[in-house]
Amino acid sequence: MMKLHKKLFLLALLALLPVGIMGNAAMAAGGKAKKLPHNHWHFKGLLGTYDKEAVQRGFQVYSEVCSNCHGVEQLSFRNLGQVGGPFYLDECPAGFPESLDCSNPNENPYVKQIAAEYKFQVTDGPDEAGDMFERPALTSDRIPGPYANDNQARSINNGALPPDLSLIISARHHGPDYVKSLLTGYKEAPETVNVAPGQYYNEYYPGDMSLLIKDEYRDEEGHILKTVDVPYGGVFAMVPPLFDGVVDYADEEIPETVDQYAADVVEFLAWAADPKLQQRKKLGMMSIIYLLILSGLLYLSYREIWSKEH
Amino acid sequence: MAVDKLDDNKNPAHSGDPINGEEPSRRDFIHLLAGATAAVGAAGVVWPMISQMNPDASVLALSSVEVDLADIPVGAAIKVIWQKKPVFIRRRTEAEISEAENTRLADVQDTDARNENLDGAQAEDVNRRFKAEWMIVVGVCTHLGCIPLGTDDGDTRGDFNGWFCPCHGSHYDISGRIRKGPAPENLLVPPYEFLTDTRIKIG
Amino acid sequence: MSHESTYKPGTAIERWLDKRLPIVRLGYDSFIDFPTPKNLNYWWTFGGILTVCLVIQILTGVIIAMHYTPHVDLAFDSVQHFKRDVNFGWLIQPIHANGASMFFVAVYIHMFRGLYYGSYKAPREILWILGVVIFLLMMATAFMGYVLPWGQMSLWGATVITSLFGAIPYAGDSIKTLLWGGFAVDNPTLNRFFSLHYLLPFAIAGVVVMHIWALHVSGNNNPTGLDVKSKKDTVPFHPYYTVKDGFAMAVFLTMFAIFVFYMPDSLGHPDNYIKANPVVTPAHIVPEWYFLPFYAMLRAITFDLPFIPARLGGVIVMFSSILILFILPWLDTSKVRSMRYRPIAQLWFVIFVFNSLFLGWLGGQPAEGVYVKLSQFATAYYFAFFLLILPILGLIEKPRPMPKSIADSVLKKPKPDTQKSELAASGT
Repeated sequence: MMKLHKKLFLLALLALLPVGIMGNAAMAAGGKAKKLPHNHWHFKGLLGTYDKEAVQRGFQVYSEVCSNCHGVEQLSFRNLGQVGGPFYLDECPAGFPESLDCSNPNENPYVKQIAAEYKFQVTDGPDEAGDMFERPALTSDRIPGPYANDNQARSINNGALPPDLSLIISARHHGPDYVKSLLTGYKEAPETVNVAPGQYYNEYYPGDMSLLIKDEYRDEEGHILKTVDVPYGGVFAMVPPLFDGVVDYADEEIPETVDQYAADVVEFLAWAADPKLQQRKKLGMMSIIYLLILSGLLYLSYREIWSKEH
Repeated sequence: MAVDKLDDNKNPAHSGDPINGEEPSRRDFIHLLAGATAAVGAAGVVWPMISQMNPDASVLALSSVEVDLADIPVGAAIKVIWQKKPVFIRRRTEAEISEAENTRLADVQDTDARNENLDGAQAEDVNRRFKAEWMIVVGVCTHLGCIPLGTDDGDTRGDFNGWFCPCHGSHYDISGRIRKGPAPENLLVPPYEFLTDTRIKIG
Repeated sequence: MSHESTYKPGTAIERWLDKRLPIVRLGYDSFIDFPTPKNLNYWWTFGGILTVCLVIQILTGVIIAMHYTPHVDLAFDSVQHFKRDVNFGWLIQPIHANGASMFFVAVYIHMFRGLYYGSYKAPREILWILGVVIFLLMMATAFMGYVLPWGQMSLWGATVITSLFGAIPYAGDSIKTLLWGGFAVDNPTLNRFFSLHYLLPFAIAGVVVMHIWALHVSGNNNPTGLDVKSKKDTVPFHPYYTVKDGFAMAVFLTMFAIFVFYMPDSLGHPDNYIKANPVVTPAHIVPEWYFLPFYAMLRAITFDLPFIPARLGGVIVMFSSILILFILPWLDTSKVRSMRYRPIAQLWFVIFVFNSLFLGWLGGQPAEGVYVKLSQFATAYYFAFFLLILPILGLIEKPRPMPKSIADSVLKKPKPDTQKSELAASGT
């Protein structure tokens, strides 16, 4: 009898933690977007790390397509060449002087080239005359975005502000699956809804389509007819960015499809949001093994000391 | 059974119990091992907490700076910032060069070249620069870290026509060598290289 | 249960110091030779674990403050800079963020333990009250800490919680403006929250010292709730409980490490990775998980009472749910300390624990439809437990027979089936 209560008590307390997680998960389930399909991501799991080549391709997709409207303000060029980054080098490729330390992201020749040739230049200054000026980027510079400031971004995009992408994967529930689904989820809007010009329908965008149901599918009081299903998703101002063949991959083996582009760019953005994942998982493994050994030793020590008492 | 145990507990000579003759050493060992393991972990935790105070990646990224020398007239000097410290770049006249080169080592207080690009060289002028025309030194007095005068127009340049530190009166010559005053070392020559004839990279 | 000091200074230096500042004696008597009931179970290890949590939070917090910038334009980026560029910032930031959650896991277990074993009853009322003070300070500290990264949840969480004070009649708006230092949560608010977030942990540490002091006056409670009667009931704190606490800490830190290294964001909210935006509110504002039960009680009051509008009612209920803990020692009328010997109270207690978890779950649900009704029901039970069940049960419940002493209870440990008969035997 008492044992049972004890067990219940234990159970209840152990249940404390998951409730917090459940609370958050429950929020994620809200909304009317289509359920996200699960993808396999290279960086998930206990030992998962980023697929370096996919991150490289993702950076290519970002810099050729996404960067026309979105910045990655938390990233500097040097990040591309740091440990765990897409262009990290253990040692210099042939043809570079021995004195060069290519594992230093600031001396990495690929990163230097990417920075110097990047599509946007860096605004620097003021110079001696007090004027701002444009110059090619250095490895230490932040990766420049398409707009000088948020107001410029809004005025160019009919009032919509394209969000910065450096943390987008962390800033959305199920970030990787969400971003990939969004990039591949553009569809012709169903018959039953009105989509304003400059707006695009996407099954995975968290919106409310019931507001857009056409009048002929409503009764006199404006209620939606019972026979009409409100479609998933929502409408928003982002032009479908990807189509097959828009980015030319150097590696002929990799298909040049929307699906592949979306997967690659998510791999890049996931790295951009959490660039220290590799170090963290590695140290985590060591720490947890250490703590388990310590727990074991302390348990033995504890038993030994208490063996005199009980 | 339980009563036995209690008695056992009362017995202060438990560790010498003949029945458990081997026990003491094994027991001590497990306590030692557990304690040592915990100590290793504690030591391991200290490192990240100290290391976080070292320069971070964004600071290290700014560790080199490129300077265009083309616009500096002969006889003038400029200051640039490298690693948050001023670097003096002086374009010396012919007279200044010969003065620097003709200074005897015996007249110099610090005979080490203090050149990051040349380990262990002597403080002759030739060991403190790549090109005779260009004298490039870190503008931080080696005494207590003040910035010497002598770079800007109208600055006093001290008794040796180089740089003069107003804090405690250290006089440096046109080669940046300490000649008079409390500073212990010559002005440091930073690591740099000529990328082109008129462009250098410091750091 | 203050005991005679058994410290004997060994060397001349120790004797010299002991005459002038008996600090070694204090440490020795408090943590080495302190007589501790020999029957404490693992629930008693959480006091030590909480001390470790506090130390971890202060150490990592001081480090983060070296790199953090409390300004609305720079705060978000300075946290990202810390995680991306500063050596080991990627390790220290998630330790601090998840450390807050671990702190609350431990403190809730610690509090439920005190509730079950009657650790709040005489002579430990002050000990308990100091604990509630620590809990309140922890909540304030955690709340202000969550504002500092200046993400969307930071800003809007701060807005919602500080707006609670707007419900106070007459002075509400002025108090709100005073708290904000402006007309909305803005830079002055962020600055003062940073200042207070840095200060309060040291206030907590001070109250913790008093908490431990009070503990060392009355001595530990124990699972039987019986007072210590003789030396047979106790063991010296060291090595018996230092090593047991040490083992429990290592296990706790293992769980902590799993969160830090493998799911550092699982207890946070994705919206806090979006920079604070004063003109866009997130779709769902959810507090951190450890505030959810109180948040549910806040939202449960949807009806006006005479003279008390619903908004004020919710605020009163939420604060009362914590304040009621202060008078708990005088609400429980039972003479028996530990619920181990109170079968009916046990049942109500287990329901109380599940009810608290249920409230936590409700706090994460939208405040509409059936959830409101359920929240009202659960809130009613929360208060009934303290105001009705504990007072009445103490008068009518017939406790189980108890062992004569702590030592007796320990001797009957071995098997569950013998336990029952022996318990009965000891009662006769």
